[in-house]
Amino acid sequence: MSGRRIKVLLAKPGLDGHDVGAKVVVQALMEAGFDVVYTGLRQTPDAIAAAAAAESADVIGLSILSGAHLPLCRRVRDLLQERGLYDKLWIVGGNIPEQDRMVLRQLGYRGVFPTGSRTDEIVSFIRENVK
Amino acid sequence: MTSTPGQRPPARNEVPLRRVVSESGIEIKPVYTAEDVAASGGSDASRPGEAPFTRGIHPLMYRHRPWTMRQYTGFANAADTNERFKYLIANGQTGLNVAFDLATQCGYDSDAPEAVGEVGRVGMAVDTLRDFEIAFDGIDLDAITVSLTINGAAAILIAMYLAMAEKRGYDLARLRGTAQNDILKEFIGRGTWVFPVDPSVKLVADTIEYCAKAAPKYSPVSVCGYHIRESGATPAEEMGYAFAIAKAYTDAALARGLDIDEFAGRLSFNFNIFGNLFEQVAKFRAGRRRWAKIVLEEYGAKRPESGWMRMIAGGGGFGLTIEQPENNIMRGAYYALIAALGGAQTMALCCYDEAYTIPTPKAQRVSLRTMQLLIEEMGLADTVDPLGGSYYIETLTNQLEEKIVEAMRWVDANGGIVKAVSEGVIQAKVSQYAYERQKALESGALRKVGVNCYVETEEEKPQVELHPYDEMGALAQIEGLRKVRSARSNDAVARALAALRADAQAGRNVMPALMEAVNAYATVGEMTGALVDVYGRFQEPTRLWRMVA
Repeated sequence: MSGRRIKVLLAKPGLDGHDVGAKVVVQALMEAGFDVVYTGLRQTPDAIAAAAAAESADVIGLSILSGAHLPLCRRVRDLLQERGLYDKLWIVGGNIPEQDRMVLRQLGYRGVFPTGSRTDEIVSFIRENVK
Repeated sequence: MTSTPGQRPPARNEVPLRRVVSESGIEIKPVYTAEDVAASGGSDASRPGEAPFTRGIHPLMYRHRPWTMRQYTGFANAADTNERFKYLIANGQTGLNVAFDLATQCGYDSDAPEAVGEVGRVGMAVDTLRDFEIAFDGIDLDAITVSLTINGAAAILIAMYLAMAEKRGYDLARLRGTAQNDILKEFIGRGTWVFPVDPSVKLVADTIEYCAKAAPKYSPVSVCGYHIRESGATPAEEMGYAFAIAKAYTDAALARGLDIDEFAGRLSFNFNIFGNLFEQVAKFRAGRRRWAKIVLEEYGAKRPESGWMRMIAGGGGFGLTIEQPENNIMRGAYYALIAALGGAQTMALCCYDEAYTIPTPKAQRVSLRTMQLLIEEMGLADTVDPLGGSYYIETLTNQLEEKIVEAMRWVDANGGIVKAVSEGVIQAKVSQYAYERQKALESGALRKVGVNCYVETEEEKPQVELHPYDEMGALAQIEGLRKVRSARSNDAVARALAALRADAQAGRNVMPALMEAVNAYATVGEMTGALVDVYGRFQEPTRLWRMVA
């Protein structure tokens, strides 16, 4: 990764309205020097996959606190794969219980950041894992 | 610490004092005296129950009637929720506070593609009047008042509640109850908006106008500083922004030709409680005084009750932690104490497991018992405003009131609350504060027990019990919805929806048409759809969030 800033698409899929964390992460990533696009609330998996492609994002981050992370992440994964975006870094944050974290990693979300994660952890994870 | 002129220098062997500044930006002194009270504006001589109600809205407060205990409850479907309601009532709960799932909150039916994965997850699923009939079956709506935590789809669910009560033979002229129905705060935090800002405010005015005439004891709006504070605001801003919102609804209702005294007494508030105990208590006292001045002096209301800042308090999600969740029991106890010292009419106390799951029955019971033991064992219901007259509290009350006024001025300077929300200015300000708060947590400048101090090692992490989500429940809900659709008269529904669309188009109050549609068993999604046809859907302003390279 050289010559270009890392670009992150941060999205809120589904109906969940908890956006405090997502907006905090947006600001932390901006401060870390990343190029950040935040979708706002209520995005469909289709819209997120389309935005990821249109923005040529290096990182696709999802924030879900309603508990619907498994069905939503499965759907977004399918659509990202359809668009050939499997080489991008997928991460997810939110109210994610212990037993679901491995499932999400197996789905291809390499970074899983449950509520209470530090923003600097997210920043360094992205720096270390964007190809 | 910089020494203030006039303060005596630290004596020998004395540790230099650390500087303490409250979240609202007030410098906290180690000792307060009568001079501080006088210098900050004096303490008002009003008694409890006398305007401007600093000490409480009723003369005898809890001695006359303890606060209502109204735990936030709702999950899966109407039948399961009905069972939990009855469990809580059997345990001494005195009000109900209904949680709806996100599909319902956002105006989608359980079988809509948008609802996948969300049906019955964070609250009870509601599609038609049938669900309300089941949810409140066997519950005496005169003995127990019901609060609906609904916003984007509030007009629809209020109509549903009134229709259900009417069907069961209750007289709407005497029916009590509350709906949250504060859409402006949804745009700032919480996010269950449906329509654009202007028609959303119009719908709130419709509910106020309709209830003022048809159900005058019903409280159609509970203005929430709560979620704004969660999203990133100081205690003073929380209250200032809530008042700005309440004024916007008041103005919209006045524009309908209502008299201020016809509806102001039915407006209520929902405030957050986490943070410094004394600042919270002072916030409630200051807020009561300020709101009374706004309604009685600015708006010129004649009835003193119009100036009552009635409130629900006891929740404080941001204060709770996933780490060492048992500590949340202690936090909850202090929250209840603050709410009681602050003169809340109703408490919905957050549960110790709420930071990571829908509360278990046990957690709900612990919250209920916390409130009960304050009344039964600790004497919190015996004397009104027990902190009144304290030099510290009286000074802070005066200082907080000034800060609240300051926050309201900021809103005015940004074109008023409706403009600030439409343009995303207030959302950006609030989010910036949330980011500062997060940085302070990460750096340790903001202390949080179990999070950045007194943390436990990995092995000591407790096992937590999670509320199970039943995927099959969604299918059952959808099956129930299909049954209702096939049993009802679809012609009657089509006619009602056409009338609803026509009324919305003509700018008329849509509540009568909604009552008609609800009674015909139209679905939440159908009624929302008819209104979306006219009003459109809100598009969130996120441009402030786009990093410009």
